[in-house]
Amino acid sequence: MRHLLSTEDLSLHNAIRILDTAEEMAAVGEREVKKLPALRGRTVVNLFFEDSTRTRISFEAAAKRLSADVINFAAKGSSVSKGESLKDTAQTLAAMGADAVVIRHWASGAPHRLAATDWIDAAVINAGDGTHEHPTQALLDAFTMRRHWSKLAGTPSAGADLKGMRVAIAGDVLHSRVARSNVWLLRTLGAEVTLVAPPTLLPIGVEKWPCAVSFDLDETLAQGVDAMMMLRVQGERMNASFFPTTREYSRRWGFDDNRLRALDSLGLKDTIIMHPGPMNRGLEISAAAADSPRSTVLAQVRNGVSVRMAALYLLLSGENREPAAAAVSASAAASAAASSDAPAAHAANPNLTYSHQESH
Amino acid sequence: MTSVPSAPGPAQVVLTRVVLNQADIDRALTRIAHEILEANKGSQDLVLLGIPRRGYPLAVRLAAKIAAADPTVDAAAIVGQLDVTMFRDDLSHQPTRPPYPTQLPRTGIDNKVVVLIDDVLYSGRTIRAALDAIIDLGRPRIVRLAVLIDRGHRELPIRADHVGKNLPTSSSEKVRVRLEETDSAGGGATDGAPVNEVVIEATA
Repeated sequence: MRHLLSTEDLSLHNAIRILDTAEEMAAVGEREVKKLPALRGRTVVNLFFEDSTRTRISFEAAAKRLSADVINFAAKGSSVSKGESLKDTAQTLAAMGADAVVIRHWASGAPHRLAATDWIDAAVINAGDGTHEHPTQALLDAFTMRRHWSKLAGTPSAGADLKGMRVAIAGDVLHSRVARSNVWLLRTLGAEVTLVAPPTLLPIGVEKWPCAVSFDLDETLAQGVDAMMMLRVQGERMNASFFPTTREYSRRWGFDDNRLRALDSLGLKDTIIMHPGPMNRGLEISAAAADSPRSTVLAQVRNGVSVRMAALYLLLSGENREPAAAAVSASAAASAAASSDAPAAHAANPNLTYSHQESH
Repeated sequence: MTSVPSAPGPAQVVLTRVVLNQADIDRALTRIAHEILEANKGSQDLVLLGIPRRGYPLAVRLAAKIAAADPTVDAAAIVGQLDVTMFRDDLSHQPTRPPYPTQLPRTGIDNKVVVLIDDVLYSGRTIRAALDAIIDLGRPRIVRLAVLIDRGHRELPIRADHVGKNLPTSSSEKVRVRLEETDSAGGGATDGAPVNEVVIEATA
């Protein structure tokens, strides 16, 4: 593993390795000295072209717990607002000697572009690109689910996968990189995924994804669900009439108090309720559901630091990092897949051209 | 070139020599257990921390022997495992190592007499990492070191307090410790070789 760009091409071996390492990293968070010297002298740059609270703070905490130096870069207030291109920004960071770049970008495929070119010789971690992927969020969700699933089975979670777990992901799948990353990763780990959304909020080609699709949340719950993941309604991306009113959305697709009670009457006493945050309380999730003992929202945030520590450790330690040339062709192929996944987002971005000249 | 086994496989011919068999290991551990009790003047405040992978099973065996010698000791309550991966000084020169769990005894290690236990003492760098790891976990009163094999070639000013066997070796040789807990079927490479032994491998 040289970069962490998507969960679609993450092998089961690597996924389990990240989750197992995260298990050990979680123990560090409970110690008196919450710091390990593993990445001393390494520099991690948080390159955020899009607003974020928990992902950026989580990556910052993870890097600092491993003793790496952290440079935070936000597009607002930087030369990006003067029109600097991604290439120039990347080369500036390379000149400063960054060992890893954590990038969030509004354009799908930007991290792949960074990884596939020779602009910067650093490990690239995708922290969310447009409407494409958000691999560390999927990994922390899987980590949270695996802990729950192993606790139910009474087995240690290290080395385990999610075989047989029924996961429903409900809400704005169209704009959700969290949903995409989760579908690929959970498929790899052996869980059964059902997407629940209004037809207007499902992407074209969803029938080819390795998951079931439902339009009725109550019906999906009645069939039995072990983990219920609610997605945020992304107000900033609601530029068309995807649903008539927020009240109607909340009633039909939100996890409200009635559905919380329904879990009990359906006998689903071990079902957990997940949300990647930030929550729109009262819209896709009711306050009672978000604060119920079933909710894993805060556990997800806590696990996020462990999972990101594991990813940084596995990418930055060790001398057996693949030579750049091999990584280029692999990543370019991945970005080809990315470009077919969300074409709309690319058209708006003049800095990113998807030529494949590098990948002979 | 007299007793070279004509085993097919790797291009290099490997000469192996058994230095300790199961009974030898058992006797060495029994002696170390009594030495630990003697040096500590009893079992007061004693904590045994094994370094993964093979230090931990050795720590468990030592604790059982200490408990046999001193009935007031609960073997399970004094044993722990200490992972030192994150504290190594060669992290960026070696293939990525997966970390192992660190488990301390319930009593913790503050003001305890901690005995670090590992299978082979070589450069001393693992023990240096272990000392750093301990400092992040608490402040023991005393830290001691017990190893099954001391093969020399130290690169740091570190010395073991209790040694199972001093083994003069060439640095081109490899010392392999096989234990049934880590190297029996399913655990590691078996190929029918007996477990619980210490072997020197030299490439001819």
